Amino acid sequence: MSVVLNNKESTVLCVEGLTVDFDVKGKSVNILSEISFDLRSGETLGIIGESGCGKSMTALALLRMIPSPPGRITGGKVLLNNENLLTATKNRINSIRGKEISMIFQEPMSSLNPVYTVGNQIVETIRRHKLISRHEALEEAVELLRMVQIPAPDRRINEYPHQLSGGMRQRVMIAMALACSPKVLIADEPTTALDVTVQAQIFDLLKEIQEQNGTSIILITHDFSAVTEMADRVLVMYAGHKIEEGTLGQITDEAKHPYTQGLLRSMPEIKSDPKEIREPLPEIPGVVPDLINRQEGCPFGPRCSFAMTKCLQMPQSFALSENRSVKCWLAQQENAA
Amino acid sequence: MSASGNNTALLEVEDLKVQFKLKRENLLSAQPILHAVDGVSFTIDRGKTLGLVGESGCGKSTSGLALLGLVKPSHGKLLFDGIDLSSLNLKQMFPMRRRMQIIFQDPYSSLNPRQTAGDIVAEPLTIHQEGTPSDRKERVSELFAVVGLRQNQKELYPHQFSGGQRQRICIARALALNPEFIVCDEPVSALDVAIQAQVLNLLCKLQDELDLTYLFISHDLAVIQHVCDEIAVMYLGTIVEKTTRRQLFNGPRHPYTKALLSAVLQNEESKRTERIRLVGDIPNPINKPTGCRFHTRCRYAEDVCRSVEPELTEKSPGHWEACHFETA
Repeated sequence: MSVVLNNKESTVLCVEGLTVDFDVKGKSVNILSEISFDLRSGETLGIIGESGCGKSMTALALLRMIPSPPGRITGGKVLLNNENLLTATKNRINSIRGKEISMIFQEPMSSLNPVYTVGNQIVETIRRHKLISRHEALEEAVELLRMVQIPAPDRRINEYPHQLSGGMRQRVMIAMALACSPKVLIADEPTTALDVTVQAQIFDLLKEIQEQNGTSIILITHDFSAVTEMADRVLVMYAGHKIEEGTLGQITDEAKHPYTQGLLRSMPEIKSDPKEIREPLPEIPGVVPDLINRQEGCPFGPRCSFAMTKCLQMPQSFALSENRSVKCWLAQQENAA
Repeated sequence: MSASGNNTALLEVEDLKVQFKLKRENLLSAQPILHAVDGVSFTIDRGKTLGLVGESGCGKSTSGLALLGLVKPSHGKLLFDGIDLSSLNLKQMFPMRRRMQIIFQDPYSSLNPRQTAGDIVAEPLTIHQEGTPSDRKERVSELFAVVGLRQNQKELYPHQFSGGQRQRICIARALALNPEFIVCDEPVSALDVAIQAQVLNLLCKLQDELDLTYLFISHDLAVIQHVCDEIAVMYLGTIVEKTTRRQLFNGPRHPYTKALLSAVLQNEESKRTERIRLVGDIPNPINKPTGCRFHTRCRYAEDVCRSVEPELTEKSPGHWEACHFETA
């Protein structure tokens, strides 16, 4: 795992109070509510949550890729080297996307263009940001494919996405994302569509690249095992809120928010010595709240076994230490202590 | 568990093969044949769960479909409660279908968007002309209660439900005719973890209450470990290892099983043990490798593996493996 540098200067990306609203049927619906986090150089930050919790929306908002309308970024800052991306010009944002911050999407088949060869698509990215000839760019593309461990890259470069397997396509996506050695790589469910053995290969590759280039990675996933595999720090999201933040160890071993605890417990875990009789998994009752008709108070309240009257008010985020916070009234006492 | 005589096996599968004929590349070329399932044998005892685990394309779903007659097996014997399914014609198969049902992976595409949830669950009853319309209505209400859906949700359409609730509708539909055997084809892989736990608990509870027999297909070893009594690991159309749940996780034998386990192990214990990384992808099932199918990715492969295909043999009591070497 990569080294976590603890001084403030190594912060690459700083997100403050990011808020996103969507207009749904003439009503403004709050999708992300004041998300804040720092990303340090060379570290991997895992963002975890169930579908619809806003984790992918956070990634899209960072690069201003939220479909608008109906979406609107209504508040907050995204600071990359003290430059606020949310107020940058369109041209400026275009030169940052793919160069400073790039992204790997979940479905490698639908995010590659089926009518162009993979070489063409990588060259396009390279030439968008670098003033080099097509021929030179093509050579660079072969190098990139070699770096992501695609066998026979000089042949593969002329193939179309449908000729590649799922794992290979994801490698091509990674090669494209790395074309301009970005400082920040956002990986949105990069292995969800892949088999476990291939998933392990992709994670090894990402770690290797991170070690070589010092890239910071934001890993967005619903899969806790992916987070334990990759992340240094973890952010847990629920219904558009950041409800807990901490190092990997703090989240897996001493989770404070009832939702995080429930999520961890409900995962079936592989034991090398399983019991003879199967036991029911501890489950979180109920379903994720409807964001359109949001109730007052803590969004997890109706499903929470610790809920009290106070939970009818929205708790604030209580900081326990640096980069360790919990959005739950239960954490208030600890905060005061 | 109910025992019918001294034979408790509900389903016996012997040397099941499913082949798909593909398009010729040109007029003169040989017709390529995809061997999706290539000689699979297993039995499932009444009230038990057999897990089929493997990567995509290994033939686990096709095996499940073949059992129900949803794809035509090209070879092999399928005995369901002593009745040879492969000898039945469509008309004879019809009454058998009510005894065996399936729950599909994707609750988004396996429900008709134009039918209400109540109609979806009632459909099997209508097809099999079960009782009067009011009997059916009552049965649907009962099923909604069993799977934990509210009665007033019967009039809603699939898009108004969440993923977990949709999978509950699928389960209710599968249960409608009181089947004995259900194929669960990746029933939770499209669901979030928190919801996954709810659906897995429901499936286990129903099995205990209704004495159901499951064939549980999944790529997720953690889920498989949680629900299955016996587990068969598949690779490229064949079973490479088959044993009880305890033995498989306690002492996996086949190099492929070990690699699969190593790829997903997540607890602290696993971090200390050496990780096995497979290189490359699953070979193409049209031109499958000669000899052992796994030899192209196996780190122990020797000459014999490239030429001779190992047979599934009982290496220790109840522990079957297809490998030339002593791997335990």
